[in-house]
Amino acid sequence: MPPPEPVQEVKHRRDTALRRLVDVIPYAGFLGIGFQRHGDELTGVLPYDDMLIGNPVLPALHGGVIASFLEVTAIVELSWAMLWEELESGRLTLDTLTETPLRLPRTIDFTVDYLRTGLPRDGYARARVNRSGRRYASVHVEAWQDNRARLFAQATGHFLMPQRDHG
Amino acid sequence: MSDPTSDPTPRSFINALPFAHALGMVLEHVGDGRARISMDWDPRFVGDPTTGVIHGGAVSALMDTCGGAAVMSCPGALTTATIDLRIDYMRAATPGQRITAQAHCYHVTRNVAFVRATAHDADAEHPVAAATGAFTFTRKEDR
Repeated sequence: MPPPEPVQEVKHRRDTALRRLVDVIPYAGFLGIGFQRHGDELTGVLPYDDMLIGNPVLPALHGGVIASFLEVTAIVELSWAMLWEELESGRLTLDTLTETPLRLPRTIDFTVDYLRTGLPRDGYARARVNRSGRRYASVHVEAWQDNRARLFAQATGHFLMPQRDHG
Repeated sequence: MSDPTSDPTPRSFINALPFAHALGMVLEHVGDGRARISMDWDPRFVGDPTTGVIHGGAVSALMDTCGGAAVMSCPGALTTATIDLRIDYMRAATPGQRITAQAHCYHVTRNVAFVRATAHDADAEHPVAAATGAFTFTRKEDR
């Protein structure tokens, strides 16, 4: 039996692939969105910034910021699920990953449910791919701030999957 | 302190909303339950660099702001907040072109305002996105 792969190599491969995926989306960088990874589980992080305010009187995050955070998280989760499979099966390596342009899913529709006011602090989001076929995918996203059980927004979106030209 | 969003004069309305200002939105028209807001294409707002198409979230922010402006222009409106918003992305907006959203608050009850909106690029005949939303509606006389 071959020895198990060194943990540093496994982490390096996964973290590099995730960073490359997120770095490819300029709008995620504009909003300051980052992702934390535990195994294959991703958590989107939206650090608070004064620019993100929509109602300065309350103050509250702009609804468009919340929708954007949820949609970015859904797209990254969906792309990550595809990338993970390719990477862990060995069909894709870090070398081939940097050479091939990443093709992202395209949003068909997106529905946001604003449950509570977005407070002027960091936000977190996690997406769940409910169905992912060859062509279409359905993704649900939940976002919270201080308390995981008190969501401030949730969304469901449908996506058109990029057509793979290899494999 | 009064709510700056309750005085939707073109410049003050956008300047009062930091994120709308950050996206470079311009309020072109507002009144009688209708609003028109536009924003320039910007490389920082791109969602997929292989196509240069603006991220859906930026279009969503434009539609949400436009919907809120339409609600605030309804007679008696004091404050509003989005309850839910659904966006259909009908086609990719052409990179480099300005995007314009138009919203219409088509029905108002005591507590809720219902909104429809569309967004288009230079080709106004073929919208890039359509939205429907429900907004909270508080009236001046309720205060």
